[in-house]
Amino acid sequence: MRLALTEEQEMLRKTARDFLAEKCPMKFVKQMEESDTGYSTDLWQEMAELGWMGLAFPEKYGGGDMSFLDLAVLLEEMGRACLPGPFFSTVVLGGLPILDIGSEEQKQEYLPGLIRGEKILTLALSEPGYHNYDAYSVKLEATPDDDNYIIKGTKLFVPDAHIADYLLWVARTKPEKGITIFLTDAKIPKIKYTILKSIAGDKLCEVVFDQMPVLKANILGQLGQAESAVRKIIDRAAVGKCCEMVGNIQRVLEMTIDYAKERKQFDRPIGSFQVIQHYCADMATDVDGVRLSTYQAAWMLSEGLPCSKEVAIAKAWAGEASQRVIALAHQIHGAIGVTMEHDLHFYTRRAKAGELAFGDANFYREIVAREMGL
Amino acid sequence: MDFSFTEEQEKFREEVRQFLEEEIRQGLWEPTCDSWIQAYNPEFTRRVAQKGWIGLIWPTEYGGQGRSPLYRLILTEEMLRYGAPAGCHWFADRQVGGAILSFGTEELKREFLPKIAKGEAYFGVSMSEPGAGSDLAALQTRAVEDGDYYVINGQKTWTSCSLLAHYFYMVARTDPDAAKHRGISEFIVDAKAPGLSRIPMIDITGTEAWSDLFFDNVRVHKKYLIGEKNRGFYQILHQLDFERSGMERIMGNYALFEAILKFSKENKLSQDTLIRNKLAQLQIEFEIGRLLGYRVASVMEEGRAPNWESAMSKAYSTEFEKRLASVAMEILGPYGQLMPGSKLVPIRGLASHSYLGSKGYSLQGGTTEILKNILAARGLGLPSS
Repeated sequence: MRLALTEEQEMLRKTARDFLAEKCPMKFVKQMEESDTGYSTDLWQEMAELGWMGLAFPEKYGGGDMSFLDLAVLLEEMGRACLPGPFFSTVVLGGLPILDIGSEEQKQEYLPGLIRGEKILTLALSEPGYHNYDAYSVKLEATPDDDNYIIKGTKLFVPDAHIADYLLWVARTKPEKGITIFLTDAKIPKIKYTILKSIAGDKLCEVVFDQMPVLKANILGQLGQAESAVRKIIDRAAVGKCCEMVGNIQRVLEMTIDYAKERKQFDRPIGSFQVIQHYCADMATDVDGVRLSTYQAAWMLSEGLPCSKEVAIAKAWAGEASQRVIALAHQIHGAIGVTMEHDLHFYTRRAKAGELAFGDANFYREIVAREMGL
Repeated sequence: MDFSFTEEQEKFREEVRQFLEEEIRQGLWEPTCDSWIQAYNPEFTRRVAQKGWIGLIWPTEYGGQGRSPLYRLILTEEMLRYGAPAGCHWFADRQVGGAILSFGTEELKREFLPKIAKGEAYFGVSMSEPGAGSDLAALQTRAVEDGDYYVINGQKTWTSCSLLAHYFYMVARTDPDAAKHRGISEFIVDAKAPGLSRIPMIDITGTEAWSDLFFDNVRVHKKYLIGEKNRGFYQILHQLDFERSGMERIMGNYALFEAILKFSKENKLSQDTLIRNKLAQLQIEFEIGRLLGYRVASVMEEGRAPNWESAMSKAYSTEFEKRLASVAMEILGPYGQLMPGSKLVPIRGLASHSYLGSKGYSLQGGTTEILKNILAARGLGLPSS
């Protein structure tokens, strides 16, 4: 047992932190929130050149042959910087599932372009009125039509769909109504995108399939038997979100401590008051609890160990603990923290989005209960 | 980053489990909550010593096994999981031995460490006084030099593990003129020393948990001073970090956790959405506490002394055990109020006992408030004024 990063991971962290500090200041984050695409193609290319998109993919597709745990370090730094753009969608939701269950032909077709930063991918999973992140809740039907399927229906909260080149989506394939994942071109007239105005200013979309025909060759993995593949995708996405949240609340803790040391009232730094110190101690305890449970789950995913329970624990805790951290950060920052002048709101808005993404604490508590045999 | 134990460590865990399960199977004792501080069983301590499991991480020349801190983590985690009656040796193994090892003379090490490791020397810990709790440096018990001896006078309170202790680890003021943190020293006092008397104190669960100790011209030879004269307070801080470094608080009521889960399943209470939710939340909180405890062990494994990490772990875990007891009481409903031994009492009265007992653990070994001060000052660098 060694609960510290390796030297290599420390280097990756430092490179990422320095790079993002320079390229992704809060001014840039704000610009991206206000832009239509939500990302900068220049920065995207630079990230590809650093090998970030390919980090966790095998060398034979042009990747860096590193692990999901290494990717976790990178995601934490991205969360810390509030990095806008489709990295998570492309790599965690798009690329890694292809690596999991795609045919060799599909991997050759999609992964090298993704790794070079030429293609953007995302995953369409949630549906209207759909609260649970599991395969069983998928209602969208794919109806057979000769050698094709016809798709009609709506997917919701699909990140970065409006700029995606390829779309993974999950449907029930008739007549058996089993769960199937499809991988198709995203930029076709039969798919309509509407960007939703979300709390984090990220680009969550409504995706409407209008009688779209799809070839059977576009199936990713097994026809009608994708439950476990979807479970794995969601587990990884949940842990990936936790990593971003670790970066988020770690930065919030640091900002808050700095503020508490500088801000004077009653002729002394407010950080010298015990009540503020105890708030900060509570924040640090939550940050470390989220960090440890997140990295435990990331490590287990990375090692290929069964970890539904650990993933559920990490995401349930991250969701609630991060809200406590944010609430105390606001309390300590006082009124400046609730203005647009100060940077705290970027973190506050993203922490809430992170809590809701891929299942909240209630959802994961039920998974923990099942894993406990209750 | 690696969250796993080595094959050898897992083998050791299995060995400890088999030993404890066999003990329970033979009916030698029954698992209880807080057994490490409330259940004294000299026979058990002797058998643990025979396995070489006291002083596990001390050098072999002093009777230890020279194992790394992770082995002690595994050993104590299992002892706590099974609610084993380890009270006789726990304090000596956990912190007094370590203090002697870190600060004691060669003579002191040779006299005490092998005896502790053999399970033949039990230690009580005597620090607090009626006027010195969280502000330990305000202690007034005096130790005055007289030839080769110190003469100790004063009153100590909340002395834990005092019932069967052969020795007390205690702290006294050796320089009344120095600043209060700079005039304190640590001593080992024989429990049978003339002039030393003891009044037991019964805790809220009805257990004899502590004693008041009265020192009336107790003479202690100078060789029983631990470390440097007047540097005691700084040595204590180090020792307290170790006192808080283990899994006691997150695991101390594991017997209750296990029992209430089993009870809820057997009585189909866990099908109720609210109860499911509460039990799952406990499992999540337990896991977080376990990881905070493992982090402390990981710090020690790297060769660093635990510091704010153990303060964080203990402050978190004492709150967890309070919630655990409360949830268990809620689930049991009116039966929850029944005390051990009562007619109709469910799960051996573990819930009511733990509910009452858990109130004290966020006080001893550093109150939660003091621990948060430590975390804020030492861990986060917040200013004192």
